[in-house]
Amino acid sequence: MQARALNHWFGQGEARKQALYDINLRIARGSLTVLMGPSGSGKTTLLTLLGCLREVQDGSVTLLGHELRGAAAAQNVALRRRLGFIFQAHNLHESLTATQNVVMGLQVLGRVDKDRAQAAAAHALGLLGLSDRLDYLPANLSGGQKQRVAVARALVGNPDVVLADEPTAALDKESGANVVDLLKRLGRARGTTTLMVTHDNRIVERADRVLTLEDGRIVEDRTQG
Amino acid sequence: MIGRLLQALFGRLPIGWLQLTHSRTRFAAAIAGVAFANALVFVQLGIMQSMATATLRPYAFFQADVMISAAEANALAEGGNVARQWMLQALAHPDVASGMGLFLANVSWQRDTNTLGLTTFGIDPAQPGFLAPEIAAKTGPLQVQMAGLLDRLSRGLPKDEAAGIRPQAPLSFEASGKTLTLYDTFSGGGGFGGDGYMIVSDQTFLTLFPARQSGAPDHILLRLRPGADPDRVSAELRALISDKTLRIRSYADAAQEDLTYQQTKRPTGIIFGFGVIIGVLVGLVIVYQVLSTDVADHMREYATFKAMGYGPGFFLGIVFEEALILGLSGFVPGALIGGVLLTVMGMMTTLQLAVTPGMILSVFLGTLVFSTLSGVIATRRLAAADPADLF
Repeated sequence: MQARALNHWFGQGEARKQALYDINLRIARGSLTVLMGPSGSGKTTLLTLLGCLREVQDGSVTLLGHELRGAAAAQNVALRRRLGFIFQAHNLHESLTATQNVVMGLQVLGRVDKDRAQAAAAHALGLLGLSDRLDYLPANLSGGQKQRVAVARALVGNPDVVLADEPTAALDKESGANVVDLLKRLGRARGTTTLMVTHDNRIVERADRVLTLEDGRIVEDRTQG
Repeated sequence: MIGRLLQALFGRLPIGWLQLTHSRTRFAAAIAGVAFANALVFVQLGIMQSMATATLRPYAFFQADVMISAAEANALAEGGNVARQWMLQALAHPDVASGMGLFLANVSWQRDTNTLGLTTFGIDPAQPGFLAPEIAAKTGPLQVQMAGLLDRLSRGLPKDEAAGIRPQAPLSFEASGKTLTLYDTFSGGGGFGGDGYMIVSDQTFLTLFPARQSGAPDHILLRLRPGADPDRVSAELRALISDKTLRIRSYADAAQEDLTYQQTKRPTGIIFGFGVIIGVLVGLVIVYQVLSTDVADHMREYATFKAMGYGPGFFLGIVFEEALILGLSGFVPGALIGGVLLTVMGMMTTLQLAVTPGMILSVFLGTLVFSTLSGVIATRRLAAADPADLF
């Protein structure tokens, strides 16, 4: 994942405002990188640009070997299938059970055998301590449980990159640590790259690298042992 | 079970079904709405079908190849008279085998308990070839002055009373101050313009309606020689006959033009036609409203699926899945309710009102088409689901 001379603006005419200034970064495969910074510093904008959820206006972004600037919508859709998104709000589908929500993360990769998909979803939920909540609808899960279902949904398809926005905000200490352990294990075992916006010091301490943004610029880039 | 069936069908989770059934109350209300629209369409189509049957029924009493009518005669029972002399001109055509003047007027039968309005045809009993076999076989008594054949299915006529009318046991009644005697019956049925039909000889007809003249029947029926094409002969007769204002067309075309006129020009046909359109629009709006609300309610979930890599086809599939489920779920109760309503209305009016296989097929296909159309309109809201807004 790489950004070169990346600039981004919102609005038009006199209301146009620059959100990112000359961002240059390269994130190594299999690493866990934390993005920090005050509100409005451009973290989310950067995350959405790297996740091909927003059009690159100026500069270059390379994701999994593909240039995103000027890329066709179909290429972006195909690339997003290789990513795992974890949103601050869990965004689970209210009509689907925990298992069905996780199956959605697998089904996007193509036609999958129903039993195998359910087994994979159950396994992912089990890793996150939700074996006893497989058939629960989101309305019957706690905030932390919903967030863990969302994590399982993002990871069940073995993504190459995980993009997360405050994924542990709703989790207790043990669950949060469990999620970070899982992401680090995936990084080591499968080379899954994780880029995460967080202010949770428990995660920051365990990250391989911490990037700090202020006013749309990277003001600190710290690699940790 | 339906969910599993849909999953096997689509090869994915049946999200549309799961979404719709998540709120059972809303789903039930949506089905009720679609069923109502379907029932409305069935009832209106049933009435239109009945009107078509009633319009074409009297044409089945006669056998003819070409019909000559006055210029303003849009229907069998409308328009002015035709001079008999044009029949004589038509008979000069080598393919015209025979001709008969057809008289038509309404006779009111004042009974003890009710009044029957009978559409009465005056025919030449010496030419049974112009009559349907059932009627032709019973024209013998019509040679007698003031004799008639009665439609035994006339509205307001008790079945046992109709069954008792036979040549050996005729029934007499007063009409236009004269006594008419019914010697036999035939199968007709009440329509929108009258309670039933009666057939008398042209001489009896002229006695009943002294203002009418034998030289000016309402229509002229022609039989052609075997193998002659009615359309071709009609065209040639239009050139042959001096009065260019006359409507000369094949008997089949005349019946079809009458039906078209009844359905598109007469107030009843237009009203029932609009009833069908309103039913379709109600169904369209209900399905659109349900789908549109559903899309709006799940915008964040759809945006999430977009972020995950689901393409436009997936979302269209969900909305179409919902549209088809709503359409099909509403169709079955709608057809049942429509059938019950038509049966009850048929019993009350003696009109032939029923749900026909053709109506079921057309409403079913219409439901699928318009549900899909609603889905197409509703999917426009999907464009607003922007995954970048999720972060």
